[in-house]
Amino acid sequence: MKRFLVKRSKGFALSGVKGQSPLPFLLLFLFMCGPAFAVSDPREMLHDPLMEARAEKIGSQLRCLVCQNQSIEDSDAELAHDLRTIVRERVKAGDSDDAVMAWMENRYGSFVRLKPHFTASTFLLWTAPLITLLAGFTIAFIARRRSNAKLATPLDSTEEAQLAQLLREP
Amino acid sequence: MSNEIMRRRLITTVPLVALGAGSIGFYTMLNRMETGKFDPHDIGNPTVGKRLPDFSLPGFDGPGFTSAELVAEAAKNGPVVLNFFASWCIPCANEAPVMLALAKDNVRLWGISYKDHPTPLRSFFAQGGNPFARVGMDSGRTAIDFGLFGVPETFIVDRHGMIAWHLAGPLDADAVNQNLLPKLASL
Repeated sequence: MKRFLVKRSKGFALSGVKGQSPLPFLLLFLFMCGPAFAVSDPREMLHDPLMEARAEKIGSQLRCLVCQNQSIEDSDAELAHDLRTIVRERVKAGDSDDAVMAWMENRYGSFVRLKPHFTASTFLLWTAPLITLLAGFTIAFIARRRSNAKLATPLDSTEEAQLAQLLREP
Repeated sequence: MSNEIMRRRLITTVPLVALGAGSIGFYTMLNRMETGKFDPHDIGNPTVGKRLPDFSLPGFDGPGFTSAELVAEAAKNGPVVLNFFASWCIPCANEAPVMLALAKDNVRLWGISYKDHPTPLRSFFAQGGNPFARVGMDSGRTAIDFGLFGVPETFIVDRHGMIAWHLAGPLDADAVNQNLLPKLASL
C-alpha cells in the first residue's frame, strides 16, 4: 500500500518528471488563479490618491452582482468594471460616500451592500454571534453550577457511618 | 428517576427530530429550486414599482428610442414589454422564438441590446427574426439604471410609465403563460 502511494505521488505533475522542469506546471497554476489577480486596471484609477482611496473603500463595500460573494473592487466581471467606473465618477463629482451607496442601492437594492443595514429582517443576522455567545455562557454557567451542586452534597448518616468505619480500620 | 429517563429520551429524540426537520427543509428548498419556484440568486429588482429611468438610445439601423417615447407608447396603446438582450448571449438566442411568438400575439415588444454592435445584431435578427417594434443600443449605462446584472432580463412598463414587472433570465413558455401574460392582462 505504501509503495503504491509513493508511486502515485511520483506521478504527480508538480514533483516533476525526471529531467523536466516543474516550471510549466507552476505557470499553469498561475493562470488558473487568474480571478485572484483581478485588481483594477491602473487606468481606471483616479489621479487624486485620496479620492482613489475613498472610491476603493466604497467599492469594497459593494457587492458584484455577477460573482455575488466578491466586491466590485475584487471582481473581474465586466459589470463590476462598469460599477467601479461609476463609483469613481460619483466620487469625482463630489458625492459623499453615503450618496454613492444610495445611488447603487436605488438600482440594485440592499443586496448590493456587503454590509446589510440593521433592520427587522437582518436582526438575526447581526445579533446571531452575540446570541450564540450568550447561549454558550448560559450553558457553561448552568453546567458549572450543577457540578458544583453535586460536589457540595453532604454525606448522609449511613455514608458518615461508612466513612467513620473506613477511617477506624488500620 | 423518571426525570432522568425523560432527560435521556429528550437527548435521543431532539437531535433526530431536528435532523428530520432539517432534511425536509432542504428537500423542499432543492425541489423548489428544481421546479423554478425558488432561485437563491434572484435578488429582486428595486426598480419595480418605480418610474422608468430616463434614457436616450441610438438604434442599429435608423433611430433608437428614448424613455419618453416608450412611456408615450405605453400611455397610448397599453403596457410595453421591454427586453434587454444581446447578440452574444446564448440564452437570448434561445429566448428568440418565445419573443417572436409574443410579437405574433400582438404584445408590444421593445428591445434594448446590451453592449452590442450593429453588425452582429443584424445577423442575430437575420437568424432568429426581429420581434421588437423598436430597438435601442445600450453601451451599459442604461442597463445599470434598470438594476440589470445580466442578459436577458425583461420588464413591463405600464400605462403610467411605471415598471410593473421584472424577470431576470430568459423567458420560456412557462414564464410567459404563468407570469408575463397574466400580468399584462391585469394592467
